[in-house]
Order: sequence, then C-alpha cells, then structure tokens
Amino acid sequence: MLPNKAQAARRLFLQRLGVFSAATALPALLSSTVDAQSSTKGVSSAQRWGLLIDTSKCASGCDACVRGCHEEHGINSTGNEHTDAQWIRKIDLQNNLSGQKSSLPMMCQHCESAPCVDVCPTGASFKRADGIVLVNKHTCIGCRYCVMACPYKARSFIHEPISDQKSWAPRGQGTVESCTLCVHRIDAEKDQQPACAVACTDEAHSAILFGDLNDPDSDIVKAMANQPASQVRSDLQLNTGVRYVKL
Amino acid sequence: MIDHLRYSTLKPSRLSYFLVLLFCAVFVGIGGYSALTMEHAGHIITGMNNHIVWGLPHVFAVSLIVAASGALNGASLASVFGVSHYKPIARLSVALAMSLLVGGLLVLVLDLGRPDRLIVAMTTYNFRSIFSWNIFLYTGFLVIGAWYLWMMLEKRFNRYTLLAGRIAFAWRIVLTTGTGCIFGFLVGRNALDSALLAPLFVALSLVMGTAVSVLVMIMLDRWRSVLIDKQLLDSLQRLLVWFLLALLYFSVVHHITNLYVSEHHDVERYMLLGGLSLTFWLGHIVIGVLLPLSLLVFRSASVSDCKRLAISSLLGLLGGSALLYVVIIGSQSTPQDLFPGKTVLASTFGDAGFPAYQPSVWEWGLGFGGVALAMLLCLLLLRILPLLPELRASLTASPE
Repeated sequence: MLPNKAQAARRLFLQRLGVFSAATALPALLSSTVDAQSSTKGVSSAQRWGLLIDTSKCASGCDACVRGCHEEHGINSTGNEHTDAQWIRKIDLQNNLSGQKSSLPMMCQHCESAPCVDVCPTGASFKRADGIVLVNKHTCIGCRYCVMACPYKARSFIHEPISDQKSWAPRGQGTVESCTLCVHRIDAEKDQQPACAVACTDEAHSAILFGDLNDPDSDIVKAMANQPASQVRSDLQLNTGVRYVKL
Repeated sequence: MIDHLRYSTLKPSRLSYFLVLLFCAVFVGIGGYSALTMEHAGHIITGMNNHIVWGLPHVFAVSLIVAASGALNGASLASVFGVSHYKPIARLSVALAMSLLVGGLLVLVLDLGRPDRLIVAMTTYNFRSIFSWNIFLYTGFLVIGAWYLWMMLEKRFNRYTLLAGRIAFAWRIVLTTGTGCIFGFLVGRNALDSALLAPLFVALSLVMGTAVSVLVMIMLDRWRSVLIDKQLLDSLQRLLVWFLLALLYFSVVHHITNLYVSEHHDVERYMLLGGLSLTFWLGHIVIGVLLPLSLLVFRSASVSDCKRLAISSLLGLLGGSALLYVVIIGSQSTPQDLFPGKTVLASTFGDAGFPAYQPSVWEWGLGFGGVALAMLLCLLLLRILPLLPELRASLTASPE
C-alpha cells in the first residue's frame, strides 16, 4: 500500500487530470454539425448541371480535355502519374462480346447520392444545390475516405507541396480534390462551358456537351431525348450528373 | 482468496523493464520524427499514391484499434461473465485496452493529410459518415474505460463495476463493428462491399486482443517473478482456440460468398491466387490461424503451457495483421470495375492494372511508433495506478 501522502498526491493528480480532460472535451460538446447534402446560398436547385459525353465522337489517343482541364486549374505533372492529381482521365475500352472499341473521359460524376459526400467525416465533401460536388479545402482533413468510397476513382489526394496555383482553383497539400465542373466558370456566368468541353470543341470533336439537366429546353436534355444515355455503374443508383452516349 | 485481492503499482526491478522502456521511447521518437517528416514533405515520401491511399499506417492503426477492443476481454470475463480467475487481470485489461486505442488513434491521426486540422474533425460532424460515428465510439471507449477503471480502483464504487463492465462490453462490440463497417460500407470496391466485414473484425479483435493481453501479462509476470495462474492459463488457451476458429469461420464465409458473386471473381482471384496470395495463405491462414490452432489443440508435452500460449499469441498477432494488410491494401490493389462486359485497353490512370505498393521507412516508423506509444502508456498507467494483483503468486500456480 502507498503511504497516505502519496495517495493524496495521486488523488490530486487524477482530479486535475479529470478537470483538464473535461475542459478539453468541452469544444466537442459545443460542436456544430453539418448536413451531408447541404444547400448553398445563391445557388438554386432549380438547375442541375451535368455533362453528356458521346463516346462515338471521343477519339482514342486524344487528350485535349485532360490538357484543357489541367491548364485551367494549374495542375502540373510531377512526373509520377500515380501521385499526380487526376481530375479527368482518358480510358479506351473494348466490348468483350462485339469487339467494338470506344474511348471516353472519366471524371467526378457529380452524383446526386454521392458516396464521397456521405462518408466525409467533417462534411468537407459536399454537394451544392445545383448538383456540383465539391471539396471544401478548409475543412478537408485528408483522411482519404472519400477516395476509398468513390466508385469512379475520380478523387485525388495531393501528396506534395503545390506551387503556381490559380486563384479560382485553390488546392492544398494533404487534401483531396476532384473535378469541380469548372464551378468558377459557372458562377461567373459569362462562359459557362467547362474547360474540358471547350477543349473538346476546339479539337473539333464536340464529344462533351454541358448544360442544365433540369431545363427541358437545354441542348443537353434535347440530346438525351434523341439518344439513350447511360450512367457508369448505374447499378449503384447514384443518379450521376455525367451521362454517356453509346457507352 | 480472489475476493481479497490486493493490487499494487508496477515496481521496476529488472533490467529488462528499463530496456523495454528505452526501446519504446526510441520507437516513439522514431514515430514522432516520421510523422513530422510526412507532415512537412507530404505523403509523397510514403509508398502511398492515388491508387493505394490507405497504406501501412492504416494497417497498424486498425490492428491496434481492434486489439484494444479485444484486450478488454479479461475485464469483461471478470465483471460481466463473473469468471473469477480473470479478476486479477481485469484492471490490467482495461488499462491495456485504453493504451492500445490511444496508440492506434495517434497513428490514424498522424497519417491524415492535415493532422493539424484534428480540431475540425473533433468539432464538425457529418452524421451520415460512419467515420464520424467512430470518432464518438473511440472517444467514448476511452471515457467508459476510464470510468470502468475508476469503479474498480475505488473501493466505495466497486458495486458499479458490473454496470461499467456491461456498458464497456457492449461499447467494444459496437466499436469493432463500426471499424469493420468503415470498410464494409464501401460499395464502390468489390473487395470490401460486404456486411461480413463487421463480424470478421469482431472475431479478429478477440484474437488480437487476447494475444496482446497474453504477451503483456507474461512479460509483467516475468518482471515480477510471479507464476501465471494455471487456471487462467488453461482458460486463455481454450479461449484463443475458439476465437481463432471464429476468425477462420468468418474469413472462409466472406471469401465463399464473394466467390459466389461473379462480379467479385477478379478480386477473389487477386486475393487468393494473385499478388497478395502469399500474405493471405501464409500470413493469415497458416501463421495466423492453423499454426496457433495446432499448437493449442495438439499440445506437445515438451512445450510448457506458458510458452505455447505466448508463441500462439505472437503468431495470432502476426496473422491478424496479415489479414488486415490483405483487406486494406488488397482492396485497393484490385482495379475498380467501372465497365462490366468491357476490357480496359488503355487508361491514363491505371484502370486496368494492379498498382504496386511498397511501404516506405516513414510508414514503418509511424506504425511502430504507435505500438511503442501504446506500450509506454500502458507501463505508465501500471506505474502510477495499482493495477497488478499482489497475490498472484499465491494463487494456484502452474508447476512451471
């Protein structure tokens, strides 16, 4: 048995430890919560922005959309493709049965029920009212759970310091990022086309069509009415904002 | 005799005690330095990339977290199930569980891209995320563990031990289920999309927690020149057998159900026959389950009970970590099948291939730093609080 003096000292130590722990836990008790699917002031759910990609117009070997995206957002290759940010990538496919080949760009599909938004512990991954899925770089803690959850492998973790950033595309080491659908362009309301769509048109392919999926008079909805468009991994029923023709 | 147990703090008496302290302190230092270097240079210095985003630190962290839950076995058996020969190790069991959890959480936090934003994770929650729920489960486990320990330490509160024990028991099951769900809820990854991961993690926690407890107990008893209780030794051997069988059962069922679903065939082929098959078969099945099982079931007279249990526990720990490596790394090493019925001919970001992963020295440093911190913390608790029974030597002792 310890002497009384030592016991008293231990009790005092434990009491102080308890007070300190309670003081530390207080912020958590007073903490705020965030909605997984939060709405954003100034953005209306009357619109839902999306892309329609015609794979028959997308040329194998052409990466104009990738280059356009990288230039727009200041994404420079570090020489290691495995750690480089991959907001958009090109994939060439072959149908196992018919042997038919196709090519397409793959990026964040801006899902209505986005798994990345659901799993983000801090709510840094969020969906705007107009359907654009974004990452709040100030509250992303870099846990990479969203990267694990994304069925499309469309999210990138930034592995090293970043320089030469664009003011409209803030990025940061230790956080996660993905296609923003060029939200800065959409919000500026002057040139609403995302950089990938512009680059594709400039290359005379016009495989990427951007528009409001909620507007029946928009080109994108009219195009979808003329030809069946499908979702990648439609089995997951995520209601993606990016659709593909002749997938 | 057990009802009149007296407890004392750990008295440093052996050179090996100081060597273990020094060893742990050095590794905590290495872990801290690794974390600082990763924080400064970014994850580029690790083996992780945008294919394998959760690497070796996650294997260490999850191993420690599930072991923490399982380490509570001793206390649960004593308080909740009233198995008297576990009572002497009940306090140690809680202290060890809390220490392991802190070690695991620290590795998890220091592996974040922005560990400096921990306060964001602690104050802003998205309750649709199982990760958020786990933050509460982990901190809650520590609070309940501290309360449980207090009820056991304070004689006037001893009557609440049963209540605290029951709550802690329920909490730990939920905690391990929650940890399994972190992986099981990932519908986009064929290797992980299974509710069976939750009970698999519970079984894994029972194996790893018991194994760590056994090794720590044997080390402490050697330092204190105390013979381990024969009844306890026998019981632990039997328990480990059942836990290993449960782990094997869930592991087999998990893979059989996956093999039944044709969309999971590629993943299963990779896990069972491909890149990580050696880790799965040799690490998890042979070293982690079959060897310890055969040691514990077919008892050789030439090996003492204590040694047999220690070796089996060590093998169980190694095998458990191997299983977690296969689950965590393997699930990311297999391509995500975005286009069923189509073959990927080319991709600018490896949609067709199996990405390689080689953990860097910084990841090993951080991982072992977490293990060392857990040990150090446990020894600190044992040093300042009366957690070890004084009368162990006079209990029914094994002849060895």
